[in-house]
Amino acid sequence: MRLAILDSGHRLGTKILFALIRAGSRQPIPGPLKLMMYRPAFFGAHMKELTHEAMRGPSAWSVGDRELMAAFVSKLNECKYCVKAHTGVAARAYEDEARVAAVLADLDAAPIEEPLRATLRMLRALSREETVGVDDMRALLAAGVSRSQIEDALAVAFAFDTTNRLADAFEFDVPGPKAFEAGAKYLVARGYR
Amino acid sequence: MADIRKAREALIARILEGDGQAPRAQRRAAFDNAPLSEPLASLIRKLTRQAHEITDGDVAAVRASGLSEDQIFEVVVCAAVGHAARQNDLALAALESATKE
Repeated sequence: MRLAILDSGHRLGTKILFALIRAGSRQPIPGPLKLMMYRPAFFGAHMKELTHEAMRGPSAWSVGDRELMAAFVSKLNECKYCVKAHTGVAARAYEDEARVAAVLADLDAAPIEEPLRATLRMLRALSREETVGVDDMRALLAAGVSRSQIEDALAVAFAFDTTNRLADAFEFDVPGPKAFEAGAKYLVARGYR
Repeated sequence: MADIRKAREALIARILEGDGQAPRAQRRAAFDNAPLSEPLASLIRKLTRQAHEITDGDVAAVRASGLSEDQIFEVVVCAAVGHAARQNDLALAALESATKE
Protein backbone atom coordinates (compact mmCIF):
# COMPACT_ATOMS: atom_id res chain seq x y z
CA MET A 1 0.00 0.00 0.00
CA ARG A 2 1.30 3.44 -0.85
CA LEU A 3 -0.56 5.04 2.06
CA ALA A 4 0.49 3.75 5.48
CA ILE A 5 -2.97 4.59 6.87
CA LEU A 6 -4.48 1.88 4.65
CA ASP A 7 -2.12 -0.72 6.13
CA SER A 8 -2.15 0.25 9.76
CA GLY A 9 -4.41 3.23 10.37
CA HIS A 10 -7.61 1.33 11.12
CA ARG A 11 -9.53 1.81 14.36
CA LEU A 12 -8.93 -0.65 17.19
CA GLY A 13 -12.00 -2.82 16.60
CA THR A 14 -11.01 -3.29 12.97
CA LYS A 15 -7.43 -4.17 13.94
CA ILE A 16 -8.75 -6.87 16.24
CA LEU A 17 -11.05 -8.16 13.49
CA PHE A 18 -8.12 -8.25 11.05
CA ALA A 19 -6.01 -10.21 13.57
CA LEU A 20 -8.82 -12.77 13.88
CA ILE A 21 -9.20 -13.04 10.10
CA ARG A 22 -5.45 -13.50 9.65
CA ALA A 23 -5.37 -16.20 12.33
CA GLY A 24 -8.41 -17.99 10.89
CA SER A 25 -7.49 -17.80 7.22
CA ARG A 26 -3.68 -17.92 7.56
CA GLN A 27 -3.67 -15.36 4.75
CA PRO A 28 -2.85 -11.65 4.66
CA ILE A 29 -5.76 -9.18 4.82
CA PRO A 30 -6.82 -8.49 1.21
CA GLY A 31 -6.21 -4.95 -0.07
CA PRO A 32 -9.88 -4.29 -0.87
CA LEU A 33 -10.86 -5.13 2.72
CA LYS A 34 -8.16 -2.80 4.10
CA LEU A 35 -9.48 -0.04 1.85
CA MET A 36 -13.18 -0.59 2.63
CA MET A 37 -12.51 -0.74 6.36
CA TYR A 38 -10.46 2.45 6.52
CA ARG A 39 -12.73 5.30 7.69
CA PRO A 40 -15.70 3.32 6.34
CA ALA A 41 -18.07 6.22 6.96
CA PHE A 42 -16.27 8.17 4.24
CA PHE A 43 -16.25 5.58 1.47
CA GLY A 44 -16.19 1.88 2.35
CA ALA A 45 -19.63 1.49 3.87
CA HIS A 46 -21.39 2.97 0.83
CA MET A 47 -19.06 1.24 -1.62
CA LYS A 48 -19.56 -2.19 -0.06
CA GLU A 49 -23.33 -1.73 -0.23
CA LEU A 50 -23.17 -0.63 -3.86
CA THR A 51 -20.82 -3.45 -4.87
CA HIS A 52 -22.93 -6.06 -3.13
CA GLU A 53 -26.07 -4.78 -4.85
CA ALA A 54 -24.36 -4.80 -8.27
CA MET A 55 -22.74 -8.22 -7.83
CA ARG A 56 -25.30 -10.13 -5.75
CA GLY A 57 -28.54 -8.14 -5.92
CA PRO A 58 -31.49 -9.28 -8.07
CA SER A 59 -30.50 -9.45 -11.77
CA ALA A 60 -31.17 -11.50 -14.88
CA TRP A 61 -27.39 -12.02 -15.03
CA SER A 62 -25.99 -14.87 -12.94
CA VAL A 63 -23.35 -14.25 -10.28
CA GLY A 64 -20.85 -15.91 -12.62
CA ASP A 65 -21.79 -13.54 -15.46
CA ARG A 66 -21.35 -10.49 -13.25
CA GLU A 67 -18.03 -11.72 -11.86
CA LEU A 68 -16.91 -12.34 -15.43
CA MET A 69 -17.84 -8.74 -16.30
CA ALA A 70 -15.83 -7.59 -13.26
CA ALA A 71 -12.78 -9.58 -14.39
CA PHE A 72 -13.22 -8.32 -17.96
CA VAL A 73 -13.44 -4.63 -16.96
CA SER A 74 -10.43 -5.14 -14.67
CA LYS A 75 -8.48 -6.55 -17.58
CA LEU A 76 -9.33 -3.55 -19.77
CA ASN A 77 -8.08 -1.30 -16.97
CA GLU A 78 -4.98 -3.51 -16.62
CA CYS A 79 -5.56 -3.91 -12.90
CA LYS A 80 -3.56 -7.04 -12.07
CA TYR A 81 -4.94 -7.48 -8.57
CA CYS A 82 -8.58 -7.28 -9.65
CA VAL A 83 -8.11 -9.51 -12.72
CA LYS A 84 -6.65 -12.27 -10.56
CA ALA A 85 -9.24 -11.89 -7.86
CA HIS A 86 -12.32 -11.83 -10.10
CA THR A 87 -11.12 -14.44 -12.60
CA GLY A 88 -11.06 -16.73 -9.58
CA VAL A 89 -14.47 -15.68 -8.29
CA ALA A 90 -16.06 -16.03 -11.76
CA ALA A 91 -14.53 -19.48 -12.29
CA ARG A 92 -15.79 -20.62 -8.90
CA ALA A 93 -19.28 -19.16 -9.41
CA TYR A 94 -19.60 -20.79 -12.85
CA GLU A 95 -17.70 -23.91 -11.77
CA ASP A 96 -16.00 -23.46 -15.12
CA GLU A 97 -12.47 -22.11 -15.30
CA ALA A 98 -12.13 -22.64 -19.07
CA ARG A 99 -15.10 -20.40 -19.88
CA VAL A 100 -13.62 -17.47 -17.97
CA ALA A 101 -10.15 -17.99 -19.44
CA ALA A 102 -11.61 -18.12 -22.98
CA VAL A 103 -13.43 -14.79 -22.59
CA LEU A 104 -10.38 -13.03 -21.17
CA ALA A 105 -8.16 -14.47 -23.93
CA ASP A 106 -10.41 -13.69 -26.89
CA LEU A 107 -13.93 -12.36 -26.43
CA ASP A 108 -14.88 -12.86 -30.10
CA ALA A 109 -13.95 -16.53 -30.14
CA ALA A 110 -15.11 -17.55 -26.65
CA PRO A 111 -17.93 -20.13 -26.52
CA ILE A 112 -20.49 -17.98 -24.67
CA GLU A 113 -24.04 -16.79 -25.24
CA GLU A 114 -24.40 -13.95 -27.75
CA PRO A 115 -26.20 -11.50 -25.41
CA LEU A 116 -23.35 -11.83 -22.91
CA ARG A 117 -20.75 -11.36 -25.65
CA ALA A 118 -22.55 -8.27 -26.97
CA THR A 119 -22.73 -6.83 -23.44
CA LEU A 120 -19.01 -7.38 -22.86
CA ARG A 121 -18.30 -5.69 -26.20
CA MET A 122 -20.29 -2.65 -25.08
CA LEU A 123 -18.31 -2.55 -21.81
CA ARG A 124 -15.10 -2.76 -23.83
CA ALA A 125 -16.12 0.20 -26.03
CA LEU A 126 -17.11 2.21 -22.97
CA SER A 127 -13.79 1.55 -21.28
CA ARG A 128 -11.55 2.03 -24.33
CA GLU A 129 -13.29 4.91 -26.03
CA GLU A 130 -14.79 6.43 -22.89
CA THR A 131 -18.09 6.61 -24.69
CA VAL A 132 -20.86 4.50 -26.11
CA GLY A 133 -23.52 5.71 -28.51
CA VAL A 134 -27.23 5.29 -29.01
CA ASP A 135 -26.54 2.94 -31.94
CA ASP A 136 -24.41 0.69 -29.72
CA MET A 137 -27.27 0.48 -27.26
CA ARG A 138 -29.82 -0.20 -30.02
CA ALA A 139 -27.63 -3.04 -31.30
CA LEU A 140 -27.38 -4.45 -27.81
CA LEU A 141 -31.16 -4.39 -27.33
CA ALA A 142 -31.59 -6.00 -30.75
CA ALA A 143 -29.18 -8.76 -29.69
CA GLY A 144 -31.70 -9.72 -27.03
CA VAL A 145 -30.22 -7.95 -24.00
CA SER A 146 -32.93 -6.33 -21.92
CA ARG A 147 -32.77 -2.77 -20.68
CA SER A 148 -32.44 -3.92 -17.08
CA GLN A 149 -29.62 -6.29 -18.05
CA ILE A 150 -27.76 -3.38 -19.64
CA GLU A 151 -28.28 -1.29 -16.51
CA ASP A 152 -27.06 -4.16 -14.34
CA ALA A 153 -23.93 -4.63 -16.47
CA LEU A 154 -23.23 -0.89 -16.23
CA ALA A 155 -23.54 -1.10 -12.44
CA VAL A 156 -20.84 -3.80 -12.40
CA ALA A 157 -18.66 -1.60 -14.60
CA PHE A 158 -19.21 1.38 -12.30
CA ALA A 159 -18.15 -0.59 -9.22
CA PHE A 160 -15.09 -2.09 -10.89
CA ASP A 161 -13.88 0.96 -12.76
CA THR A 162 -13.78 2.64 -9.35
CA THR A 163 -12.12 -0.28 -7.57
CA ASN A 164 -9.56 -0.91 -10.35
CA ARG A 165 -8.33 2.68 -10.16
CA LEU A 166 -8.10 2.62 -6.39
CA ALA A 167 -6.31 -0.75 -6.38
CA ASP A 168 -3.65 0.65 -8.70
CA ALA A 169 -3.39 4.11 -7.12
CA PHE A 170 -2.97 2.70 -3.62
CA GLU A 171 -1.18 -0.42 -4.90
CA PHE A 172 -2.87 -3.41 -3.31
CA ASP A 173 -0.32 -6.12 -2.50
CA VAL A 174 -0.73 -9.04 -4.89
CA PRO A 175 -0.58 -12.19 -2.74
CA GLY A 176 -0.07 -15.82 -3.80
CA PRO A 177 -2.70 -18.06 -5.42
CA LYS A 178 -3.84 -19.54 -2.09
CA ALA A 179 -4.88 -16.12 -0.82
CA PHE A 180 -6.90 -15.45 -3.98
CA GLU A 181 -8.50 -18.87 -3.67
CA ALA A 182 -9.55 -18.16 -0.10
CA GLY A 183 -10.87 -14.74 -1.17
CA ALA A 184 -12.87 -16.23 -4.06
CA LYS A 185 -14.41 -18.82 -1.79
CA TYR A 186 -15.46 -16.11 0.65
CA LEU A 187 -16.91 -13.82 -2.05
CA VAL A 188 -18.96 -16.63 -3.62
CA ALA A 189 -20.31 -17.72 -0.23
CA ARG A 190 -20.89 -14.32 1.37
CA GLY A 191 -20.74 -11.52 -1.18
CA TYR A 192 -19.38 -8.03 -0.58
CA ARG A 193 -21.17 -6.78 2.54
CA MET B 1 -31.84 -1.14 -10.21
CA ALA B 2 -33.50 1.63 -8.21
CA ASP B 3 -31.36 0.39 -5.33
CA ILE B 4 -28.12 0.72 -7.24
CA ARG B 5 -28.95 4.26 -8.33
CA LYS B 6 -29.74 5.15 -4.74
CA ALA B 7 -26.49 3.55 -3.57
CA ARG B 8 -24.55 5.46 -6.22
CA GLU B 9 -26.08 8.80 -5.29
CA ALA B 10 -25.53 8.17 -1.56
CA LEU B 11 -21.86 7.35 -2.18
CA ILE B 12 -21.30 10.44 -4.31
CA ALA B 13 -23.11 12.74 -1.88
CA ARG B 14 -21.06 11.40 1.01
CA ILE B 15 -17.61 11.76 -0.54
CA LEU B 16 -18.30 15.20 -2.03
CA GLU B 17 -20.53 16.89 0.50
CA GLY B 18 -19.90 15.07 3.77
CA ASP B 19 -17.19 15.87 6.30
CA GLY B 20 -13.64 15.21 5.24
CA GLN B 21 -10.09 16.40 5.73
CA ALA B 22 -9.58 17.57 2.15
CA PRO B 23 -11.48 20.77 1.27
CA ARG B 24 -14.79 20.14 -0.49
CA ALA B 25 -13.66 22.19 -3.49
CA GLN B 26 -10.59 19.96 -3.90
CA ARG B 27 -12.67 16.78 -3.63
CA ARG B 28 -15.12 18.18 -6.17
CA ALA B 29 -12.36 19.15 -8.60
CA ALA B 30 -10.83 15.66 -8.38
CA PHE B 31 -14.25 14.10 -8.96
CA ASP B 32 -14.86 16.31 -12.01
CA ASN B 33 -11.31 15.92 -13.32
CA ALA B 34 -11.14 19.72 -13.20
CA PRO B 35 -7.89 21.69 -12.86
CA LEU B 36 -5.90 21.09 -9.66
CA SER B 37 -2.46 22.32 -8.64
CA GLU B 38 0.64 20.18 -9.20
CA PRO B 39 1.73 17.60 -8.25
CA LEU B 40 -1.78 16.46 -7.32
CA ALA B 41 -2.96 17.25 -10.86
CA SER B 42 -0.50 14.72 -12.34
CA LEU B 43 -1.59 11.98 -9.97
CA ILE B 44 -5.26 12.53 -10.75
CA ARG B 45 -4.58 12.75 -14.48
CA LYS B 46 -2.82 9.38 -14.38
CA LEU B 47 -5.57 7.91 -12.28
CA THR B 48 -8.22 8.81 -14.81
CA ARG B 49 -6.18 7.63 -17.81
CA GLN B 50 -3.76 4.86 -16.89
CA ALA B 51 -4.14 4.17 -13.20
CA HIS B 52 -1.82 1.15 -13.44
CA GLU B 53 1.04 3.48 -14.37
CA ILE B 54 0.89 5.40 -11.08
CA THR B 55 4.19 5.06 -9.22
CA ASP B 56 5.35 5.36 -5.62
CA GLY B 57 6.94 8.64 -6.70
CA ASP B 58 3.64 10.13 -7.88
CA VAL B 59 2.09 9.56 -4.46
CA ALA B 60 5.26 10.60 -2.59
CA ALA B 61 5.34 13.89 -4.49
CA VAL B 62 1.78 14.71 -3.43
CA ARG B 63 2.63 13.85 0.17
CA ALA B 64 5.73 16.05 -0.01
CA SER B 65 3.62 18.93 -1.34
CA GLY B 66 1.86 19.04 2.02
CA LEU B 67 -1.22 16.84 1.70
CA SER B 68 -1.78 14.39 4.54
CA GLU B 69 -2.38 10.70 3.79
CA ASP B 70 -6.03 11.16 4.72
CA GLN B 71 -6.38 14.01 2.27
CA ILE B 72 -4.74 11.94 -0.47
CA PHE B 73 -7.04 9.04 0.36
CA GLU B 74 -10.12 11.25 0.03
CA VAL B 75 -9.08 13.04 -3.13
CA VAL B 76 -8.07 9.81 -4.89
CA VAL B 77 -11.36 8.16 -3.93
CA CYS B 78 -13.26 11.15 -5.34
CA ALA B 79 -11.31 11.01 -8.62
CA ALA B 80 -11.91 7.27 -9.07
CA VAL B 81 -15.62 7.48 -8.32
CA GLY B 82 -15.91 10.55 -10.56
CA HIS B 83 -14.32 8.73 -13.50
CA ALA B 84 -16.63 5.75 -13.13
CA ALA B 85 -19.66 8.03 -12.69
CA ARG B 86 -18.95 9.92 -15.92
CA GLN B 87 -18.73 6.68 -17.89
CA ASN B 88 -21.86 5.42 -16.21
CA ASP B 89 -23.79 8.63 -17.00
CA LEU B 90 -22.77 8.55 -20.66
CA ALA B 91 -23.83 4.95 -21.09
CA LEU B 92 -27.11 5.39 -19.23
CA ALA B 93 -27.95 8.46 -21.34
CA ALA B 94 -27.31 6.46 -24.55
CA LEU B 95 -29.49 3.66 -23.22
CA GLU B 96 -32.23 6.14 -22.32
CA SER B 97 -32.23 7.56 -25.88
CA ALA B 98 -32.19 4.09 -27.42
CA THR B 99 -35.24 2.97 -25.45
CA LYS B 100 -37.24 6.17 -25.96
CA GLU B 101 -38.03 5.63 -29.61
